[in-house]
Order: sequence, then C-alpha cells, then structure tokens
Amino acid sequence: MSFLPYVVAVWVCVIGLYGIVTSRHLIHAIICLSVVQSSTYVLLLAIGYRKGYAAPIFIDIPRSTKAVDPVVQALTLTDVVVGGAVTALLLAIAVQLDKHLGTLDPDELDPLRD
Amino acid sequence: MSSIPFATDLADLAPVAVAGPFLVAAILVTALPFTRRHVELIAALATSLVVALCVALLLKALHETGPVVSRLGGWQPRPGGVVVGINFTFDSLGAALALLAAVLVAAAQAFTLRFAAAVGATFHALLLVFLGGLVGFALTGDLFNMFVFFELMSVSAYALTAYRIERADSLQGALTFAFTNSVGAIMILFGIALLYGRTGALNLAAVGQALAGRESDGLVVVAFAMITGGFLVKAAIVPFHFWLADAYAVAPTPAGIVFTGVMSDLGIYAVARIYQTVFQAPLAPHAGGVRAVLIGFAVATALLGAVMALGQDHLKRLLAFVTISQIGLGLIGVGLLTPDATAGVALLISADGLLRAGLFVCLGAVLHRCGSVYQSRVHGAGKAMQRVWPVLFTAGTLGLAALPPFGAFWGKALIEGAAADQGYGWIPAVFFVATVLTAAALLRAGARVFLGWGAQSTSSSDPREPKAEERELEESRRRVPQAMLASAAALILAGLALGALPRVIDRAQQGAHVFADREAYAAAVLGRPIPTRPPVAAAHIGAFEVVLALVTVLAAVALAAMLLGRVRIPFTPPAGLRRAAERGFLRLRRLHSGQIGDYVAWATLGFAVLGGTLALAT
Repeated sequence: MSFLPYVVAVWVCVIGLYGIVTSRHLIHAIICLSVVQSSTYVLLLAIGYRKGYAAPIFIDIPRSTKAVDPVVQALTLTDVVVGGAVTALLLAIAVQLDKHLGTLDPDELDPLRD
Repeated sequence: MSSIPFATDLADLAPVAVAGPFLVAAILVTALPFTRRHVELIAALATSLVVALCVALLLKALHETGPVVSRLGGWQPRPGGVVVGINFTFDSLGAALALLAAVLVAAAQAFTLRFAAAVGATFHALLLVFLGGLVGFALTGDLFNMFVFFELMSVSAYALTAYRIERADSLQGALTFAFTNSVGAIMILFGIALLYGRTGALNLAAVGQALAGRESDGLVVVAFAMITGGFLVKAAIVPFHFWLADAYAVAPTPAGIVFTGVMSDLGIYAVARIYQTVFQAPLAPHAGGVRAVLIGFAVATALLGAVMALGQDHLKRLLAFVTISQIGLGLIGVGLLTPDATAGVALLISADGLLRAGLFVCLGAVLHRCGSVYQSRVHGAGKAMQRVWPVLFTAGTLGLAALPPFGAFWGKALIEGAAADQGYGWIPAVFFVATVLTAAALLRAGARVFLGWGAQSTSSSDPREPKAEERELEESRRRVPQAMLASAAALILAGLALGALPRVIDRAQQGAHVFADREAYAAAVLGRPIPTRPPVAAAHIGAFEVVLALVTVLAAVALAAMLLGRVRIPFTPPAGLRRAAERGFLRLRRLHSGQIGDYVAWATLGFAVLGGTLALAT
C-alpha cells in the first residue's frame, strides 16, 4: 500500500489553508476552501482503494469479484454535495458583498480600516 | 422490533422528528411561488410536532436503563456484533438537547409571529432545516450521519446569518462564520475517514468496539484531535471562537435566539458523545492528559469570553461573548470526563441556553422599541418600555449567574463537585471569575438601557461592532408586541424553573451515567443484553456551594454597581496598571479583526496546539 495518496491529501489540505490565510480576494479564498475540501475526497478514496480490485459495480462482473470499498465512495459523493452547497452559498454571499461594497479585497472589507 | 411501516415502538418515531422539518421546509419553499399564506402556521405546526416528539422520546429515554436504539429500515445487527444499516441511538441527554432545540425554534417562531413581512417563507424554511439538522445530530448513532446533519445545520445557519442580504455586515459575519466552520467540518471528516480506515465502521458503537481491544496509537490520537478540534470550532472555544461574535451580532434576532441558545452547545455535546462512545476505551490510560488539555482550552475560553463581554457596547455582541464564556464553562464539565460532571453540563447548558435565548429576546425587544442595540445609543431609552422588561432581563441575568436555587446553579455545583473529585479544586475560582464578569457586564448593560444609570460613554465602541443602525422591523415602534413578551417570559421562566423540576438532578445523573457507559451503548446497538450498572450515588450539594454561589452573585452585583459609578471605590488603582490593562484589552480586541484569513490562521494554530498537546499527553 502506497503512502503517496495520504501525503497528497495532507498537502492539498495544507496548501488550501495557506491559500485562505494569505488570500487577497474573496473568490480566491472560496476556491481555496473547496481545495481544502477536496483533500478529504483524496483521503476517503485512498482509504477504500485496493490495488487491482474492481470498481464496486456488479452489473457486468461476477458477484465474487473483489472490489474496492463502496462505502467511502458513497461518503465522497455526499461530501462533494456538501462542498458544492457551501461553495455555492459562499459565492452568493460574495456576489452580494460585491454589490454593496464594490470590492472583494479583504483589506477593503476590513472594518478596522476606518 | 416493529415491522415497517407499522411502528409499534415509540423509538421508531425518532426519524419523524428529523424528516418532518425537512419535508415541511421543502414544501414551504416549493409552494413559495404560488402562495405565501399560512407559512407561519405551517412552520409552527411542524415545530410543535417536533417538540411533542422530543418530549415523548425524552420520556421514553428516561424510562430505559440503557440508550434507546431506533434502527432505520429495521436492519437488525448480525450475530457477532456486526451492525448493518444506520441507526438513531439516544439517551435522555440527547433527547433533552433535541427538545431544547425544538423549544428554542418555537420561541423564535413566536418572536416572528407579527412580522410576516420582515421574515419571509424562506426564513421559516431555513429555520426548519436548521431544526431538522439539529435534532438529527443530537439523536444519531452514526459518525458520518453526524457529519451530514452537522453540515445541514451549519449551512442553513450560514444562510440565516446572511438572511438580510441588504446589509454588508450581515454578509461579512456570515462569511467568517461559514469559512471557519467549514474548515472545522472538513477536519471532522478527516478524522472520521481516519477512523473508518482503521476500523472499517462508521457506527459509533462499532467504531468504539473495534478500538476498545487495543491500545491507542498515533492514528487514534490524530483522529481524536481532528474530530474534537472540528467540533470545538462550532463550540467557539478559544482560539476557534472568533467567528461567533461576528455572526451572532449580525444575525436576525429570531435566528440569534436559536444560535445563542443551542448551536454552540452542540459542539461540546458532540465532543462528549464521541469521546464516551468511541475514544473512551483506547484513551482510558491517558484520560488524565486528555482531561488536562480539554480543561486548559475550556478555562482560556471562559476567561477570555468574560473579559471581552465586559468591553462591548453592542448588546448582541456582548451576549455573544457571554455565550462563549459559558460554553467554556460547559467544556470544563465535558473535559472532566466523569458522568457527574456530564450531568452538570446537561443541566448547565439547558438552563443557560433557555436563559440566554430569553435575554436575546429582550435585546430584540429593545431593538424594536428603541431602534438600536448600542448601549451608548439607547442609554436610558428602555425607561419607556413596560416595567416587566427590566425585571425579566435582571431575572435572566441572575439565573445565568447561577443564583441558587435557580437555573444554572445545580449544573454549576455538580461540575464543581466533580472537579474537586478529579483533583481540579481550583475550578470554582474560574467559575467565580467568569460568572462575576459576565453577570456584571449584563447587569451594567441592563441598568444603562432600562434605568439610564451610569455615564453615557461613546468612546468604548468596538471597531468590529456593526456600524449601521439596525432596522430589523419596519413597523411601528410604539409598543412591543405581546408575542415577544410572551416568548421572553416563557424562556426565562423555564430557564429559572429548570432546577425546580421533580428529581431533575437525579434524572440528569441517571442520564449522564447512561451517556458515559460505553459498554451499555455498544450492547444496545449491537443487540446484546445491556450489562447492569451499579446504582448511581446521589451527588452531594452542600452549604459550601450555596454560599459560594451567593457570594458570586453579590460580587457580580457589586462589580456592576462599581462600574456604573453607583458605588465609590475606596481605592484608586495605580494609573500605570490601568493603562497596561487598557492596552492589553485593546490588543485583545484587535485580534478579533473580522478577517477570514486571520480567523482561519488562528483555527489552524488551534488544531496544531490541540494535536500537539494531546500527542504529548497520551
């Protein structure tokens, strides 16, 4: 079993967090949040993956075929839906904010500035 | 076990309490283009149904010796302890939390009763989704379901916070709220994935059972840190707490009622639930270390929230910091990891939740009548309100300050007793300081607004406070509607009277012992006979606790009087010390910058500290 997917998952998570922390634009920050979210997809799929096993769809393969874990794939799907909902809502808020303030730079949004 | 669809067991109705609100919310939104009639009525009926179901489930849980299991779809566990399907598993504590949520949502709906124009059908639908997620979260027995309900609740809470899209500060509050909580949720999912990778199970009982056999290792500790940290974001524990004040201060009042009353409490409920069912056995040899770490975070939260509360001009923001401080006190009880402390937390968060929600309604009434919630702007303006409002406000504050025998006193006394048993004899001092500061902040605010006491200050306003005047309701400001008064009075009286319920301490203790009994939980879910538990020794609440609580309340009143200039201080603190304190406070306030980047950085630091200290402690 390879460690690579786990390293990738952690890397994607950390790079996304770094992106949010240093972001200069709200849309950029929102995309970074979905990058962080994607790290969980990698992690979940890596946990269920077994080398050489088939996809867990038994329509055209014998029932006895060894397949990768379908549970984590279901979890990933749910997670994708959740992530999509959060991103959509955040983008909607960003659009409204832009309408009011005409900017999405966090420094311009900074309430401490004035 | 019943056969579907004929439910013969009361427990089989548990899913209705979750699915019901979702379904009604969907109907409300679907019908929106055609009709707006009866929206409030339909939403109120749905909430009443949930309240009734939660009462039934609570009564059922109180009569059982172990947790109540409701197997969705009737999937029975396989022999050999393999769980198939997803189930709801709850005890009286979970059911009580669900009931608290339903009651608060009902209060929020009562608050909006007269203002159909101000809050539309979408608002009610979001509130119902929030309720469904909350109830599901409190009742479920499955890790991944917990995550999904958590997200459902969170996303509807973000939308509720941003409901008034015409206001920039609402949107900003919702953004910081959504970012920090999403990061927390992702960390929870990371931890869940690690646990699934180790055990191949998602059912709380099955995961706990699989981990029980062997010693804890790095992976278990990392999973524990990520899941706990994620829920601590929701609970707004320092340094994850920044979002809470920003969001609660700008949320519409009906949403704020529910948020301040129950949302943060869910975070510490989840920490306790997951520790007791999953991590209790593998981390048992290191319980002392886990206890120290959790209590460390909790104490920092309780004190920081209290100090910040004292420096707020915006009333909703003040109450938000009071919430933070009190959740910190609750986490002390959770962190003690003993059943009696958990019983104390259950009493504390239900009483405090009701009282805080009641106070939030009072603030809503002030906003409605006086047009603002800045102490400096509504100074003395509350004099024009009915005399019952200051009485309610003071009663709620004294209940929060744990005046015996009301409200939060019993929970606080139980936690303090449990702390002494675990060698944390100094915990009462933390309770004393936090309670005195928060109660004094509230009392001072009440005296300023309702009585016009104290000097009218304009200098101390927090830069993070929303600037624009709030105009929540466009209707006449002449009188506060009776529905507002009724919901405030009901919440505050319920919070005060909670301690007077027959055998409530005894029942909380019984429930907490079921809650903390991993073996019984696993047995109930895996279909084995529940082991008998030794009888619970009744907690002893002595004269010391009563005297301490009375002294606390007196100190809070004295501090408030001092701050209002009603009482002369016999000494003047040296100017150097005062300036240092002021500078320290300003620095602390500047940390609450409202910047998403800063908040996420703090949260990341929090995860690192939590993980690091847990690794050292285990």
